[in-house]
Amino acid sequence: MKIDNSLPLEYSTEENSLKILGFWIFLGAEIMLFATLFATYFTLENRTGSGPTGAEIFQITPVLFETILLLTSSFTVGLGIHAMRIGNKKAMISFFSITLLLGLAFLGVEIFEFVTYVHEGASIQTSAFTAALLTTLGTHGAHVTLGFFWGLFIILQIKKRGLTPQTTNKAFIFSLYWHFLDVVWIFIFSFIYLKGMM
Amino acid sequence: MHKKGIKAAFISVFFTVITVLSGCEPLLVLDPKGPQAERQASDILLSIGIMSIIVIVVFALLVYMLVKYRASKQKADYEPPHIEGNLWVEVIMVGIPVLIVAFLSYVSVQSNYIVEAKPKGYEDTKPLVVYASSSDWKWHFSYPEEGIETVNYLYIPTDRALEFRLYSYGPITSFWIPQLGGQKYAMSDMVTTLHLAADAPGEFMGRNANFSGKGFAENTFNVTAMSQEDFDDWVKEVKETAKPITEKKFEELLEPGHLGRQTYTGTHLEFSPPPTGHEHSEESSETETNTESHTGHEGMSH
Amino acid sequence: MDFFDRFAVPHPSLAIYASMAAIGLTVIAVFAGLTYFKKWGYLWREWLTTVDHKRIGIMYLLSALLMLFRGGVDAIMMRAQLAVPENTLLDAQHYNEIFTTHGIVMILFMAMPFIMFFMNFVVPLQIGARDVAFPRLNALSFWLFFMGAMLFNISFVVGGSPDAGWTSYFPLAGTEFSKSVGSNYYMIAIQIAGIGTLMTGINFITTILKMRAPGMTLMKMPMFTWSALIANVIIVFAFPVLAVLLAMGTLDRQIGTHFFTMDNGGMDMLWANIFWVWGHPEVYILILPAFGIYSEVISTFARRNLYGYKSMVGSMVLISLLSFFVWLHHFFTMGQGALTNSIFSITTMAIAVPTGVKIFNWLLTLRKGKIVFTTPMLYSMLFIPLFTLGGVTGVMLGMSAADYQYHNTMFLVAHFHNVIIPGVVYAMLAGLHYYWPKMFGFMLNEKIGKWTAWLLSIGFVLAFMPMYISGLDGQARRMYTYSEAAGFGAMNMISFVGAAIMAIGFVLIVYNIYYSTRYETRDISNDPWDARTLEWSTHTPVPEYNFAILPEVRSNEALWDAKKNGHVLFKGEYEKIHMPNNSGIPFIMSCIFFVWGFSFIFSLWIPVILTTIGIFICMALRSFEQDHGRYISVKEIEETETNLRGA
Repeated sequence: MKIDNSLPLEYSTEENSLKILGFWIFLGAEIMLFATLFATYFTLENRTGSGPTGAEIFQITPVLFETILLLTSSFTVGLGIHAMRIGNKKAMISFFSITLLLGLAFLGVEIFEFVTYVHEGASIQTSAFTAALLTTLGTHGAHVTLGFFWGLFIILQIKKRGLTPQTTNKAFIFSLYWHFLDVVWIFIFSFIYLKGMM
Repeated sequence: MHKKGIKAAFISVFFTVITVLSGCEPLLVLDPKGPQAERQASDILLSIGIMSIIVIVVFALLVYMLVKYRASKQKADYEPPHIEGNLWVEVIMVGIPVLIVAFLSYVSVQSNYIVEAKPKGYEDTKPLVVYASSSDWKWHFSYPEEGIETVNYLYIPTDRALEFRLYSYGPITSFWIPQLGGQKYAMSDMVTTLHLAADAPGEFMGRNANFSGKGFAENTFNVTAMSQEDFDDWVKEVKETAKPITEKKFEELLEPGHLGRQTYTGTHLEFSPPPTGHEHSEESSETETNTESHTGHEGMSH
Repeated sequence: MDFFDRFAVPHPSLAIYASMAAIGLTVIAVFAGLTYFKKWGYLWREWLTTVDHKRIGIMYLLSALLMLFRGGVDAIMMRAQLAVPENTLLDAQHYNEIFTTHGIVMILFMAMPFIMFFMNFVVPLQIGARDVAFPRLNALSFWLFFMGAMLFNISFVVGGSPDAGWTSYFPLAGTEFSKSVGSNYYMIAIQIAGIGTLMTGINFITTILKMRAPGMTLMKMPMFTWSALIANVIIVFAFPVLAVLLAMGTLDRQIGTHFFTMDNGGMDMLWANIFWVWGHPEVYILILPAFGIYSEVISTFARRNLYGYKSMVGSMVLISLLSFFVWLHHFFTMGQGALTNSIFSITTMAIAVPTGVKIFNWLLTLRKGKIVFTTPMLYSMLFIPLFTLGGVTGVMLGMSAADYQYHNTMFLVAHFHNVIIPGVVYAMLAGLHYYWPKMFGFMLNEKIGKWTAWLLSIGFVLAFMPMYISGLDGQARRMYTYSEAAGFGAMNMISFVGAAIMAIGFVLIVYNIYYSTRYETRDISNDPWDARTLEWSTHTPVPEYNFAILPEVRSNEALWDAKKNGHVLFKGEYEKIHMPNNSGIPFIMSCIFFVWGFSFIFSLWIPVILTTIGIFICMALRSFEQDHGRYISVKEIEETETNLRGA
């Protein structure tokens, strides 16, 4: 394995740079995935059938909590990568752990939010609007859940194996993924919640 | 004038060729009996004409190249040259197709506005409004102004604009009377409008053209065009002889299956109105982005 | 008993029971054969766990040929049913299932893997790489595709086939009108295969962007590699759309949501729109690599460089962009008004311009050439006129007002077969004959090959030209029968005869493979066609590492440059070569996916949960696994190279 020391560890082998490019392309595909969901949501937004409208069920408090939690976690994952670059394994693991805890808290609030919707008569089967809403939110939530486990595995690997070209590469790619989920959330926050509440 | 002559020549030549090819009877789509179908047939023949030229050019070039540059016709030591490309050749290669596409686009856009408007020649007539709705695997025709309804057959007056409002009680279907004009979808959550007219009395084939399940092949109806007086007589006769359509009867009619011709007084629009609110209007764009902006102008006006 | 009822075929017939028996016997025979000849170990080591792009390519090829058979049988049954009016060979239900599966099998499980075969086998060789960027992901892509295809294919013996058309428009495909599990198969099987395709897209973009031989700039890539790159970019942008669409369809059918239903705000038009946002780019995913193959073949056998390389690349880029802005032409008749139709009518016809550029470039490549009529070249020369016919009828269909008359008729059916068969299928057959010696070390028989090409073309013209006429005469597509009075009988009979001739052509291909395997000489060079690109510069058969020394390139026809201008491709000494290890995880994970899909289709939620966990365990195992690959030593390379040179 050729290691190029002039580059950060996560880019240092050919395999690593392939993986990072490949992941960027994957994120391109993810953008299309969420774009399709958004297009569907905007089309079905006002088709509420016999169910409630967005304005009737959206509440600002849990959504604000979710937003703050996820934005903060995006910041901490960035700090984690910074710590990784300067070779501080301990700080990196701490920041990654905080990130995952924030992600978990986000999921907790989101599940609470979903339960509330269902109690208010807006389950996924209620109308075209609720189907599109909960599918879009649910897809994002599923991504966060998957990210949680992925991040957990990476922390375990770094604990065991230290900061190697392989582990740093995984951690860096994970951070890209996590930032991406944050960007998607900003779209959800602005174009689903804020627009729906207005 | 000259251009028109060329066009007419093309049309007649290809019309003959296709007629000969298909036996003796003219093909339905190329045997129009109304202004919309006529416009579409002339577009079709025009495009066949232009496209034939392209096909002939490509065929001729291909044959020329294959005959002239076969290995067997060349010296054994012939080395083909390295040619990158030539700006002028490529300009021609792009330019001519662009001109052709531009011309066809011009025709296409014009035709779009023609087939989506009241039929040419009948702009001054008051259109006959017919609600054509499909259910598995039947067509229901409601004449709201006349107050009658038929199943699987359609009587229409000639020399008068016809306005079909289409919707479906089930899968997407497509209302099509080839000799009067092209088809349009009938769907469950939107009313679409198709403008047709018949120039002369006659019997025409009509069908659902969009696959809708098991009974699709037999999902046809008969169209009879007659003079306004005959049409009025028919309406009068129906009103005197037919039974009224009731909600219960209509529910029975909606059951999946095939039915023969049926006639009723009254229409189902009174108790089972067409879908509202999502009718597409001229200025609305694609369905994906702005359903909410569709002007909710609804056709049920009596 | 209720539990087992769901697996029964809802509309059984003798043919289905016979197929069941045939499938059962074949499976038993395969298992027995593998056991008797003690080949299980070989199968596992050399194929099921392989990450070698060449072997994965060959497995794609085998799947594609198998599916071609399946789709072809469907086709011939349809043509036989319609050959005479009021035929009773098939009833409406069977006919509907058959045309539905014919479409899906041919597009997604025949044409796609065929394209994947070419990309897998050719691209790394053509760019001078030793494998793709992510070899193990590549194996996973294949196995997911394969399991998706197999899952789809068992539908007609377990639970019933989908019957709502390959476009599966709602509400027809919804639970209100399609109660059997057929449409669940559609949603889940295509989803699984689609995930595989998406990963292939990511893999090949990375490979082509990052792993080219030294000196091969983007504008020095061979045309097939260019076409593969663009097709994969389309895959990455189009397939997520399909994934979301199928997920929504699944939710509607199995969870009871209202995306496309008739009540509670559901919108049937949304399915059609999103379907074609994926569906139209999909056809370009098929046709662009086909164009790439023609470019290679025509330039090889005209013994000349490809005319207008830059405009070839430019036109493909333009086609790929436009492909995302024409979806609405699949339903001009949905009532969106004259303005919208006009816009999409123009974008649709605009695609004719870059496509025309390509046709003229190929014609000009022939000019001043020294044309040799081999089988691949014959297919290419039959492609140009036949595809032009299909292309111009496409422009006709693009005229939206006239499309009101063509839509949903046999005219449309004739058009898309007229582009797909000469466009895609001929390219595959040309490519199959062209690359066969590189794969297997012997040529396919030229005489039989040419006979096949002519038979297929005669059959094609007879089968599809009459459809243009019957379409204009008012024959709607997808009708399982028609009355004598309709007057479609003669045209449909000619079509049937044509289809039968094509069937003979396809049988001849199989015969050719058999014949050539037995009788063709093994004594061929590495470059039997006197070709121009890198894949012909390595040995036949290709060693596992492809190139002992990575080539250095200075032209888009690297091998030609070496042969004519004396450029030295392979400079330097042997060095040890790093190769990835085989892995069983892709295969095992895909098997779990198969069970997951099957359980999902039948709403067996407990196995669904268990297999979901299984899939995640596989992913977790992969995450924790440390696999640095292995090295092939210089000594081993020297031995292999000496052997191959001697042979």
